[in-house]
Amino acid sequence: MVNPDRPLVQFKNVVKRFGNFVALKSTDLDIHEGEFVALMGPSGCGKTTTLRLLAGLEKPSEGEITLGGKLMNDVKAHERETPLVWQSLALFPFMNARENVEFGLKMRGFNADVRREKAIDWLERLGMEEFIERDVSQLSGGQRQRVALARALVTEPKILLLDEPLSALDAHLVIRMQGVLSKLQRELGITFVYVTHSQSEAFAMADRVVIMGDGEVMQIGTAREIYRTPKNRFVAEFVGRNNIISGTVTSAHTDTLIVNTACGDFTVSKPDDLVFKQNDPITFSVSADLVTIDVDRPETDNVVQCNLISEEFVGSVVTLFLEAADGTELKVQVQEKELQKINPKADIPYYISWPTLSAHVLDANLPG
Amino acid sequence: MIKDGVISFFLKAYLVVLFIFVFAPIIASVIFSFNSDRFPTIPLGSFSLEWYKLIINDPDIAKAAITSIIVAISSSILATFIGFCTAYSDYRYDFRFKGPYLALALLPPTVPLIIMALAMLAWLSKFGLSGSVLSIVLAHTVLCTPFAMAIIRLRLSQMDTSLEAAAWNLGASEWSAMREIVVPFARPAIISSLCLTAAVSFDEFAVAWFVSGLNKTIPVVILEIVQGNIDPRVNAIGTFVFLTSMTLVIIAQVIFMKNQNKGAVSG
Repeated sequence: MVNPDRPLVQFKNVVKRFGNFVALKSTDLDIHEGEFVALMGPSGCGKTTTLRLLAGLEKPSEGEITLGGKLMNDVKAHERETPLVWQSLALFPFMNARENVEFGLKMRGFNADVRREKAIDWLERLGMEEFIERDVSQLSGGQRQRVALARALVTEPKILLLDEPLSALDAHLVIRMQGVLSKLQRELGITFVYVTHSQSEAFAMADRVVIMGDGEVMQIGTAREIYRTPKNRFVAEFVGRNNIISGTVTSAHTDTLIVNTACGDFTVSKPDDLVFKQNDPITFSVSADLVTIDVDRPETDNVVQCNLISEEFVGSVVTLFLEAADGTELKVQVQEKELQKINPKADIPYYISWPTLSAHVLDANLPG
Repeated sequence: MIKDGVISFFLKAYLVVLFIFVFAPIIASVIFSFNSDRFPTIPLGSFSLEWYKLIINDPDIAKAAITSIIVAISSSILATFIGFCTAYSDYRYDFRFKGPYLALALLPPTVPLIIMALAMLAWLSKFGLSGSVLSIVLAHTVLCTPFAMAIIRLRLSQMDTSLEAAAWNLGASEWSAMREIVVPFARPAIISSLCLTAAVSFDEFAVAWFVSGLNKTIPVVILEIVQGNIDPRVNAIGTFVFLTSMTLVIIAQVIFMKNQNKGAVSG
């Protein structure tokens, strides 16, 4: 019945315009059955629009959206099985927890006994057995979250949409709810499409992460792929702390390229999918946690001499911000316990360096 | 500190004086309604329910009371319905000329009552409606709708904009979402609006006097009685009208205050 090669959700050349504003540029996106996909990007990048298109709360201006092989463009929101967990949760304030959960069943014409039984089942499953008849205004943030989840899942959908559901919670609750969500997704085996601007949420839970920016998909991949091999400058800047360095190719070898930049000459690995000739402009990124800092000049390639500008202490990891002679800003992430070795307070030149394999060439062209 | 105390004392005194100024005539009227004397003079005569007996047994007054009640109920329901629709269209949709649309919807209370009353009389007589109970209902609906809209609009403005969409998302059609979510959310405001507009209609004199013809409402009858002579029956009717209106207004206020914060968006 279900073709495993056929994605559950397909966006084909989908465009969404609001008046003159293009919220989503021509977008192709496949989401497979049982997958946990995170749509991540800064605000206004089109991630929420994508989710609303999928839920039928917006109509695409162009292109096709299919769900389970069926064209959804003209299917009304209430005729879809695409429950959404809202950023504001949007619990019905004049109903108690159970009545909220029952709502979807009531709209589908289930009788009161069945509704009640299923609603209680789901609330219990999410650890809410003590709060079944409680007014939603008397529930804590985490409990309201669980009611919202139960309300969305009670109709046993194939896909669950989540729009920044954890953004209003305290940090320690976020971690706990991430666990709840991951576990739930694995147990149910259904597709989760999770919109967030938080890298930690996306990376912690998602099988695949879709990075969006400026109304288009910038990169799709696993958390590791996106973190270690950002596709272009947008992704490199958005994800993690990357050093982004631009220059010109001075010579191309079998596996490597020599790049001349304002802060020195560097060796980078030749990318598989991009071709560079001599004198071509090139940009590469080096993740700040793959960079080493020393007081003595190391005898390796890819060394830059620079001065310490500032440091950012966030606990076990410290980010040092440095500046090369030409003004290029560079970042290094070191373990706090290793920091003493280099005594970062001293006003002396530092040498930062990285292995050739750590440099990753970026695609200068944005998609679309 | 002392200065604050003085200011606080004067503010309190001011409040007491203000309330005396507003309520003394009404209280006087209530007291005289239980007074056995023919004229409102001090010292008072003995306690008496005579004037109440008289108005209860007066068929004209009874008829006026029934007319007033019918008019108040009908026009409050109509005004609240139209007010709800207007408020909802403002909440839900964005359209050109929305500013003028809202201004027009809120305009009637700013038109002088006499002008409104004359216009109503002229307009309704074109349809052969002048003098009928329906004409009073229509005129009062026009007067009351802006109040209804203002109350319901305030409540809808507290509704999380995703609440209705959440209902659609869970399988509710637009009508079901209206019935199951929007109306229940606005219910306290709807009840307040019903009470308040009924009170406005029940008290209204000028427009009713112009359009009512033979189907007089209570305020019209009161005026007719006082035009002839000073009659203590007026105090008894006044007390009845005052209690009815105050009860409606208090119910409206209590319901609205109680639900003011409940259901408003919270984290």
